[in-house]
Amino acid sequence: MNVPLIELEAVSFTYPDGPTAVIDVTLRIEPGETVVIIGQNGSGKSTLVRHLNGLLRPGSGRVLLDGHDIHSVHVAALAARVGLAFQNPDRQLFAGRVASEVGFGPRNLGVRGAELEARVAAALEDVGLAAEAETNPYDLGLSRRKLLALASVLAMRTPVLVLDEPTTGQDARGVARVRAVVASAAQEGRTVIAISHDMRFAAECFGRVVVMRAGKVALDGSPAAIFAQAAWPELRAAYLEPPLPAVVGAGLGLGSTPTAAALVAALPGPAGEGRGRPPGRAGNE
Amino acid sequence: MAIELSGVRYRYAGASAAALSDVSLRLEPGRVVGVTGANESGKSTLCLVLAGLAPKVIGGRLDGSVRIDGVETTAMRPYELAQRCGLLFQNAATQLSNTTATVFEEIAFGPCNLGLAIEEVVERVWWALRIVGIEPLAPRDPARLSGGQGQLVALASVLALRPAYLVLDEPTSELDPAGTTLVAEALAGMARETGAGIVLVEHKTDVLARIADEVLVLENGAVALSGSAAVLADPRLAELGVEPPARVLLEGEVRAAGIEWTPRLAEALA
Repeated sequence: MNVPLIELEAVSFTYPDGPTAVIDVTLRIEPGETVVIIGQNGSGKSTLVRHLNGLLRPGSGRVLLDGHDIHSVHVAALAARVGLAFQNPDRQLFAGRVASEVGFGPRNLGVRGAELEARVAAALEDVGLAAEAETNPYDLGLSRRKLLALASVLAMRTPVLVLDEPTTGQDARGVARVRAVVASAAQEGRTVIAISHDMRFAAECFGRVVVMRAGKVALDGSPAAIFAQAAWPELRAAYLEPPLPAVVGAGLGLGSTPTAAALVAALPGPAGEGRGRPPGRAGNE
Repeated sequence: MAIELSGVRYRYAGASAAALSDVSLRLEPGRVVGVTGANESGKSTLCLVLAGLAPKVIGGRLDGSVRIDGVETTAMRPYELAQRCGLLFQNAATQLSNTTATVFEEIAFGPCNLGLAIEEVVERVWWALRIVGIEPLAPRDPARLSGGQGQLVALASVLALRPAYLVLDEPTSELDPAGTTLVAEALAGMARETGAGIVLVEHKTDVLARIADEVLVLENGAVALSGSAAVLADPRLAELGVEPPARVLLEGEVRAAGIEWTPRLAEALA
């Protein structure tokens, strides 16, 4: 699989008769990176990712895949490389059967027969909808329609996966499925770009966090850097909160602990093991 | 005065199985009742039943009793239901009227239909915009908002009706952390100050831990757990497909690593 380098060069976008949603965004996303975009409602996150598969064309600036301006690439060709799952699944679903819905994308890419069936089955399995292949999508609740929209993108097996708020409205099991999808795509070397308001998901499942504020990139770095105490004022200015383990770690003077695993590793271990820092030092820094 | 469900069983038209079975619940003025549970456990169906839309508008079969202030919802007219109980749908995009040019008019749509004086409508619209923190969106086109902004407009349009009871199906699902906190506080404030009775369906158990007076956890259409917000620390939550509040989760993860949960750690949470 050829996973492209994605470059956004000074991208700005203004909706007709509307606000400027994205302002001068420059980002370089290496093949195989996992990037989560966080930020206030209306800060331009969805607008930005819609540039990645050509749904929106930049008002100014360029979007490049492997150095080629996507302006010159046909939308159909882009669809084979960048899969985008919408925030609202009802903007995406249209078929009368779950299996046809999931098969539509790969079929359009020319996949047929056993390969098509295998892809549909695998994608439905990944999101936990294997038993619903013959169901009408609109007989599923919203949370499962959202998983279905995700499956229909997964079945296209694009080298780049873009997920707009994939965990929204999911219960614990649904969130676990989305996490597994992100992890397995990352393991296969695919690029995953997600938008989320779930700070725990962001800190635990992604290698890089991009914070958007009023259409611009406000912060860009590893979860440890973005959720470190020094960045909290900027996070809060973007209407975000650090995840709880980060707050506890900072309160105890343990440095940046964006995830429970990082916090546990930094805490003094079970009696006698002598792991981590001595309890006496905690909170004195 | 209350919405009372007693032994409610509800089956959608054409469905073979009941979506709700033997659900009882009492929503009193000034109280916030939180509802959570796995996907397809009956939360949204419960909302439709509470607001009287099921079976009155969408059909299906209801057994048991659903009363709003003592009157069975099946005996109420749609406008009577709408005046007593406001309902926010799970998908905000389906809530917006698609008939208005600005957010201000969208939120005014409901109060205008109540036949209120224009001054009262204007006052309510600004109040609703302020309480969910979206005054700057007033002149914007409702069709051209982000997902989260659309959700806040849909919520404001229900709040502006100032119904005695509010049934909100995941009102914060697409909101940023600050927006979620703002909405949670606004709802708690409404319950306290205006005496609204609120049913709040949420996957974000942190929101319920913060403002719910009572919590129900549904499983397969029935109430699996209920009680004060303390049930959100119940270890059975995981089996029920519900993610506990962040504090509960973190304490569990630390203990699971064999580390003592010291008062110092608990303090750092505060």
